[in-house]
Amino acid sequence: MAIPKTLKEKANKAMGISTEDARITKTYLFVAFMALLVGGLLGLLQGLNRAGLLELPSWLNYYQVLTAHGLLLVLVLTAFFTIGYFYAALSHTLGGLLPIVRKMAWIGFGLKIVGFVFAVIPILRGNASVMYTFYPPMAASPWFYIGLALIVVGVWMCAFGAFIQVANWRKNNKGKHVPILSFFATGVFILLFFGSLPVAIEVIVMIIPWSFGWVKTINVMVARTLFWAFGHTLVNIWYLTAVSAWYVIVPKIIGGKRWSDLLTRIVIIALVIMNITGGFHHQIIDPGISASVKFMHVFMSLAIGFPSLMTAWAMFAVFERTARKNGGKGLVGWYKKMPWGDVRFLAPFIAMLAFIPAGAGGIVQSTNQLNQVVHNTMWVVGHFHLTLGMSVVMTFFGISYWLVPYVSKRVLTPAINKLGVIQTIIWTVGMIIMSGSMHTVGLLGSPRRTSYTTYGDNATALGWDPYLLMLAVGGTLLIIGVLLQVYAVINMMFFAPKGETEFPIAEEEEGASKTPYWTERWGLWIVIMLIFVGMAYVIPLTEFIVNAPPGSPPFKTW
Amino acid sequence: MHREEKIWLTLSFGMIMIFMFITGYQAFAQGMAPPSNKDIIDPQKVDQIAPFDKPGITKIGDKEYEVVMTLQVFSFNPGNIEVPAGSTVHFTLTSKDVVHGFEVAGTNINAMVPPGHIQKITQKFDKPGTYLVLCNEYCGAGHQMMSTTITVK
Repeated sequence: MAIPKTLKEKANKAMGISTEDARITKTYLFVAFMALLVGGLLGLLQGLNRAGLLELPSWLNYYQVLTAHGLLLVLVLTAFFTIGYFYAALSHTLGGLLPIVRKMAWIGFGLKIVGFVFAVIPILRGNASVMYTFYPPMAASPWFYIGLALIVVGVWMCAFGAFIQVANWRKNNKGKHVPILSFFATGVFILLFFGSLPVAIEVIVMIIPWSFGWVKTINVMVARTLFWAFGHTLVNIWYLTAVSAWYVIVPKIIGGKRWSDLLTRIVIIALVIMNITGGFHHQIIDPGISASVKFMHVFMSLAIGFPSLMTAWAMFAVFERTARKNGGKGLVGWYKKMPWGDVRFLAPFIAMLAFIPAGAGGIVQSTNQLNQVVHNTMWVVGHFHLTLGMSVVMTFFGISYWLVPYVSKRVLTPAINKLGVIQTIIWTVGMIIMSGSMHTVGLLGSPRRTSYTTYGDNATALGWDPYLLMLAVGGTLLIIGVLLQVYAVINMMFFAPKGETEFPIAEEEEGASKTPYWTERWGLWIVIMLIFVGMAYVIPLTEFIVNAPPGSPPFKTW
Repeated sequence: MHREEKIWLTLSFGMIMIFMFITGYQAFAQGMAPPSNKDIIDPQKVDQIAPFDKPGITKIGDKEYEVVMTLQVFSFNPGNIEVPAGSTVHFTLTSKDVVHGFEVAGTNINAMVPPGHIQKITQKFDKPGTYLVLCNEYCGAGHQMMSTTITVK
């Protein structure tokens, strides 16, 4: 068995991805970018409405549009891109997908698409204007929740597929380290599975029976807490996906070597262990949780910042080292030696830069008193457009310029590269304007998730208008960015010249010390992760259940 | 690991610890902890249970007021509150239906008000003016109209 296995792996690396594996990633990426197109257009409608420039028709109100925008970009774009990208990585680094794994990816795909249709129909019919956070006791049509549950199950299929693939490789390669990109994939799929368990419990056990009327009331705070145990994990899953490209792909594109393998793996393990507990900072100004428990959660949230600060160092060290090797000089003069005209570098580089203010803003927000100032204001919207819209999505864009040609057996032409550079600049300017005005107007008190209003010509509210206008300006630039990006993806998928594109994975430095094998002990990391989750959630959840008020009946308030 | 990297990571760790220390000091020594009241109430019987059977503003001391308020789609009861400048106001809040938010623009008042729980928050109003009170948790079709004012004279 061992010999054909290696042969197959070598063939896979030399000849590129097999047609069957490529089709999975291509389909997932196609759905992801269609979600970007539709979600982006809906975002523009919102931005224009919020600035008071556009009155939405009665059959398509602001909250419907907002629910769909959130669902498309926060769930569909990110989940489909992440799965498409990591399945290509598993195929490339582990010698092709096993037939059973391919089958699971397709079953997962079908479940997610069916689930999505189930969720979207009630939204379009105006029966689910509850946002992607769907806090009870607001109750949407039960089909909306059934759709969400199917999406989660679809994601689980893909997670289990990845576990089977990695376990099989480990069995055939005893004592070897799982290749770094598949190590990232393992971490991401572990988080996807464990992170979505709480929301699955919330939706399946609590909300669905209640929305059908089989159960009269619901425990509002338990539902909310389970949601955020999932919600914040999800954002860190996208972030970890982006980080994988920063550590593994970007060094190769600039012609450098990877940063320390051991440190990279420690960052992954740390992010997996500490992630789920971070969700509580979304509830800092909720009643029913004591101030001391909230303080413990500040620590748990801030702890996630530490691996990110490790990453910041590693990234800039790789850049400087590579640039100096290529003849870069001076304290900061080396930056001239970076490949600025290559979109595969430029987009993820700006994404990393954006994470500096984005991460700092995150630290601000998860700190008790500062959170109270900005909670549920436009500041938060600015924050996640900086983190998700820039750090994560721009990295995804950068990946698309080699991943789409790779799976389509085509090449990135200089023309599309140039288009990509222009797209990157437009996106950057648009996001800076939009997110900057959102942060500012949020500090002044303007609330999130609120359609255009002056609160009866209140002077304070009128003072927010110039910033909201800037928001619409940024949003308009962003829709141009969306159109360019989707055009580029379609071109690379179906029309670009045929050819071979490399899957860029950077090598380790020469003479790097060997990574100890304990990093592979995922069973142990999962146990430690569960202990952390227990520390974070057992006390508050028990309190909410033991000290529960009478429950709430469902409300349809839209 | 390089020496510079060790310094960087030590500084990173130190920064997080300083953040923690300041947050903790402000929360527990200076009484600036976020609103975390733990009383509960039957959300379907708010109108019959004291003190919410009589929402309103009561003077409880020299320049000190208590406001008992219910939040419901899409209003605050009582609305249009007036207090003299320099007053300390204690708000006691609960929701009669879905989750609402209680935010006063230009102050640090910001609290979630889910049904079934009684939330409390206190603020001293020094500067005269009209403060905008708004709901900052999406609560339905009229969410953008859910507002009132606090006038400080």
